[in-house]
Amino acid sequence: MHLTRHRLEVADLLAEVQSVERGGTCVFLGTVRNDAGVTGIDYSAYEAMAVEEIERILAEAHERWPDARVVLQHRLGLIPVGEASIAIAAAAPHRDAAFAACRHVIEEVKQRLPIWKKELRGDGSEKWVEAHDHR
Amino acid sequence: MGKVSVRFFARYAELAGCSLSAVNVQTPATVADVISRVREVFPGTQALPPRPLAALNQRQVKLDATVNEGDEVALLPPLSGG
Repeated sequence: MHLTRHRLEVADLLAEVQSVERGGTCVFLGTVRNDAGVTGIDYSAYEAMAVEEIERILAEAHERWPDARVVLQHRLGLIPVGEASIAIAAAAPHRDAAFAACRHVIEEVKQRLPIWKKELRGDGSEKWVEAHDHR
Repeated sequence: MGKVSVRFFARYAELAGCSLSAVNVQTPATVADVISRVREVFPGTQALPPRPLAALNQRQVKLDATVNEGDEVALLPPLSGG
């Protein structure tokens, strides 16, 4: 399940990718920052397209790193500061492929997933976030 | 004339006042034609950028992509997932 409204459980993702053949495992977590009074971010998506796009991104990663196994989950709904909105786990026989596949997937996610965030602030105000290039 | 489904998301849904609707256009049309029609039918969407990001049947496309009757065009605000 690529999209969820529940807390992301890294252990579940690790269990899906790790095996005795894969000696390198890499996890990326994106968590909600406490920027300028932000108390949480409300994530919404074009869910059907996001699922399709995630499938395509993972299939492309598999083609490029056939020995690696990569999974990802994106959380939707209101996510409080400090909790994760996205988790990616990549495991491969060696670390280079695990890091590369994980990095590739998060960069594609940023470019391609139809997901939007609205920042909620302590003073009750809300603001749609436009994409930016921070890495 | 052909009927094309249109979807709006996030800030664009607020501007349109709805998230799912349909417009009639002369088909085959382009995504740009559909967007022009959307601007007429949903006055709030006149505030959309001149060339918004769009998806046709759940894939991102350029605005000159061909749209046929029964297709779905989604107008996507700048993506901010992750």
